[in-house]
Amino acid sequence: MTQLILFNVFNGLIIGAFYALMALGLSLILNLSGVINFSHGGFLTLGGYLAFTIEPWVGFWGALLIAPVLTAILGCVIEPLLIRRLYGRDPLYSLLLTFGLAFMFEDLTRLIWGAQGLPLTVPAALAQPLSPTLFFLTGYRLFMVAVVAAAVIALFLVLRYTRLGLRIRAGTFDLETVSVLGVNIRVLRLMNFGLGIYLAGLAGVLAAGMLGLLPTLGSSLIMPSFVAIIVGGLGSLPGTLLGGLLIGTASGLTTVFFPSASEAVIYVIMGLVLMIRPRGLLGEEGRL
Amino acid sequence: MKQSPLRGILKPHIVVIWIFLLSLPVWLIAIGGYYSLVTQVLILGLAATALNFLLGFTGVLSFGHAAYFGLGAYGCGLTIKYLLPSSSLGILVGVLVGTVAAAIIGPLIVRLRGVYFAMVTIAFGQVFYFIAFRWNTVTGGDDGLGGFERQPIQLAGFSIDIAHNQMLFYYFVLLFFGLAAGAMGILLRSPLGRAQLAIRENERRARFLGLAIERHIWLAWVISCGFTSLAGALYALLNNFADPRLLYWSFSGDLVIMTVLGGMRSFWGPLLGAALFVVLRDTISSHTENWMSFIGLFFVLVVLFFPRGILGMLQRKKGA
Repeated sequence: MTQLILFNVFNGLIIGAFYALMALGLSLILNLSGVINFSHGGFLTLGGYLAFTIEPWVGFWGALLIAPVLTAILGCVIEPLLIRRLYGRDPLYSLLLTFGLAFMFEDLTRLIWGAQGLPLTVPAALAQPLSPTLFFLTGYRLFMVAVVAAAVIALFLVLRYTRLGLRIRAGTFDLETVSVLGVNIRVLRLMNFGLGIYLAGLAGVLAAGMLGLLPTLGSSLIMPSFVAIIVGGLGSLPGTLLGGLLIGTASGLTTVFFPSASEAVIYVIMGLVLMIRPRGLLGEEGRL
Repeated sequence: MKQSPLRGILKPHIVVIWIFLLSLPVWLIAIGGYYSLVTQVLILGLAATALNFLLGFTGVLSFGHAAYFGLGAYGCGLTIKYLLPSSSLGILVGVLVGTVAAAIIGPLIVRLRGVYFAMVTIAFGQVFYFIAFRWNTVTGGDDGLGGFERQPIQLAGFSIDIAHNQMLFYYFVLLFFGLAAGAMGILLRSPLGRAQLAIRENERRARFLGLAIERHIWLAWVISCGFTSLAGALYALLNNFADPRLLYWSFSGDLVIMTVLGGMRSFWGPLLGAALFVVLRDTISSHTENWMSFIGLFFVLVVLFFPRGILGMLQRKKGA
């Protein structure tokens, strides 16, 4: 029993780390540009498929490095073409446009790579269980947690100590002032979008290694990321991280006791948070 | 200035719309249409009109209306299947289930605005999707809820056979559409509707005037979801089937795009939008397997080029 609970909690933490990685990208874009990016899941899926495609040439490690960058580049192409037109408009339009994009992404991945599941091969060294008693602790799962942790730490360091990060944080509070101070906010939003999409691509490669690839991979992960943002508090990146880990673990624990509610439980948690603390766990006052 | 609530309901364009809807069966077959399509348009038009009651006339962005549409459908289907084979009871229960769910969720969301409101409504809708999806024994899970059929209506000793006569069922749906549209039209001319417009135009000022904003939004939300679940119940009767995808968030997007496409600022826009959307989807999906790409592209194009919707553009031209 302990084994089972441990397994599911750990599994939940991994899933939560995914949600967090995806939700952090969504949050970055939402905070600076006010755009909810429904197509985030589409970018995630694409990242996974790109890794699958280039893996025969560059190997798993190369794919892990290159595929998210390629995804981010595509994001930087789409931003000026489509997303930029949404800034400053009613959020309704950003929801609808990215919603349409998500549809197109899913359908085009199906068209290019087919509807059947594809596996992303992970290095044999990572596929082994670490010990017979803790059979569920494969190297790949630990590796994934490590990569997510590294990415999150790197993200917070970038936001804290680089000029770009400083500008993103400042723009989150008052974009107009940042613009008046001489920062090119077009470029800033583009870089920020690219950064968010990079995280989606990275999450996609990691997810592909664990879950395999399906065109619907992204759309099944997008709702939990929304919940992670809401639970953690809009406008707070640490909150988003916390929210992701929390709902992932809760979902894992529920799998032990009441498996058929494992998906619904995260929405129950969201309802509870909204009831007790409408701005989210770490959300700032007045940023609803 | 006191206005009669009936003022504005008997305008010429409304008379034209009703003549059109009432006479539709006369010439429908001649132009190559079929009943299940126009009935579907009417039902989705009702749902979109109900959504617009909130979206266009209160300015509150709900992206989760599929949940209440689906609850109406499941409430109706489950009632007929397990409780009592009666179409009217099915509709009643469907509407009740959807309205009560909205009333309970309402207090949690009425303080939220904009994107946040949209995210929370869409996320809450997923709960119902997962319930329908997981509770196989009762709801049929992924396969959907079948095994029920709409029943003839018994009225004052007469039996109205909406089960087999498609034209009668069209008029049956039209009756509900008319009642719902009339009710929403009157509500929009009532103090509630005025308050909704005030909230849409300037929430802060409305609040300073002493309006109970949260209560009004809650009320508009519940009414909107209630009529949406009515549409859902009718949809279940139309297909004799309830699909879990009716509860899924992408269907909410369909409802919003119908509303935007027709024109959010006009009462009749959503019906027009629903007609265009349904016909378009019907046409595309009969020609290509990749209809999702085309629908997605359509969303993008509407946002980029027709953000005010068709009626919105026409009104603007007239005004200019």
